[in-house]
Amino acid sequence: MTALQALALVLVAIGGGAVVFTRDPSRQAVVASLFGVLLAVLFFLFQAPDVALSQITVGTVALPLMILLALSKIRQGEDS
Amino acid sequence: MLFLPAVLLLAAGLVWAVTELPAFGHYSGVYGLTLEHVALGQRRATDIVSPVTFDYRGVDTLGEEFILFAAAVGCAILLRSQRDEEVTEAASERAAARAEEVRRPVRALAAVLVAPAVVLGAYIVAHGHLTPGGGFQGGVILASATVLVYAGGQAVAFRRVSPEPALELADGVGAAGFALVAIGGLMFGLAALHNFLPLGTQSQLLSAGMLPLLNLSVGIEVAGAVTLIISEFVDQTLLRSRRR
Repeated sequence: MTALQALALVLVAIGGGAVVFTRDPSRQAVVASLFGVLLAVLFFLFQAPDVALSQITVGTVALPLMILLALSKIRQGEDS
Repeated sequence: MLFLPAVLLLAAGLVWAVTELPAFGHYSGVYGLTLEHVALGQRRATDIVSPVTFDYRGVDTLGEEFILFAAAVGCAILLRSQRDEEVTEAASERAAARAEEVRRPVRALAAVLVAPAVVLGAYIVAHGHLTPGGGFQGGVILASATVLVYAGGQAVAFRRVSPEPALELADGVGAAGFALVAIGGLMFGLAALHNFLPLGTQSQLLSAGMLPLLNLSVGIEVAGAVTLIISEFVDQTLLRSRRR
C-alpha cells in the first residue's frame, strides 16, 4: 500500500466521522457531499476509476441535492 | 447503556473480519482474473469494466436499469398526484421571483459550467468502452448540467431546457433501447445480449460491437430519469414555498 492510499484511507475515516457527528441535516448534506469527493479519490487511488466516476456524480451531486430538496419539502410542510 | 458493549462487539467483529481478508494487493477471484485475459480479445473493449457490466453480466445490468426506471416513474406518479393547476401557475411566479434572489457570482459560475458539463457527459457516454465511464456515469453528468441551470436561479429555464414530456420520453426510449438490444441478441445471436454487431478495430470510437449502443441507451435513460426525479422534487419545493 502506498503512502497516498494510506492517506486517502485516513481521510475517508475522518470524513465518515465528520458526517456522523454533524447533527444538522442540511449541513450534513454538504459534509456528505465532501465525504463523497474523498471516497471518489479513494476509489481512484485503488485503481477503480469507473467506480470513482459514479461516486463523484452520485455521491457528490445527486445524493446531497435530493437530500436538500427533500429537507426543504419537509420543513415547508412543518411550517404550514 | 447498551451502546458501549455493542460498539466493542462490532469492533471485535470488524478486526476479526479484516485479519481473515486476503493480503493487500493479492487478488484471487477466478472470474476477474479470467476476464482480464479474455475480455480484450473477445470484445475489443479497452475498458474491461464496460464489457463486464453490459455483456458478461448484461442481464443484471438490464435489471438495474429498470430499477432506476421504476424509481423515476414512481416518483413522478406520487408527487404529481399532489399538485393542481392553480398552484402550478403560482409556482412559476414564485420561480421568477427566486431568480432575483440568487447571487450574481453563483449565476455566472452555473452558466459557465453548463456547456462543459454537457460536453463531458457526452464524452463519457461515447467513450464508455474505451476509457473509464459509460452510460450511467455520463448520464448523471448530463443530468447535472440541467441541475446547474436550476442552481443558477433559472427555475423557469430549467423547465424549458428539460420539459417533462421530453424527460419521460428519454427515460422510456433509453430503457426500451437497452431491452431492444438485449432482444436483438436473441434474434440475431445466440442469447439475450449476445453481440450481433461487428467488433471493429480496437480503440476506435465505433468498436466493441454493441457496447457503444448500450452505453448510449443507458446514458439517455439515466439522464432522463435523474432529471425527471430532480425536477419533480424542484416542483414540490416551489409549490410549497408559495403556499406558505
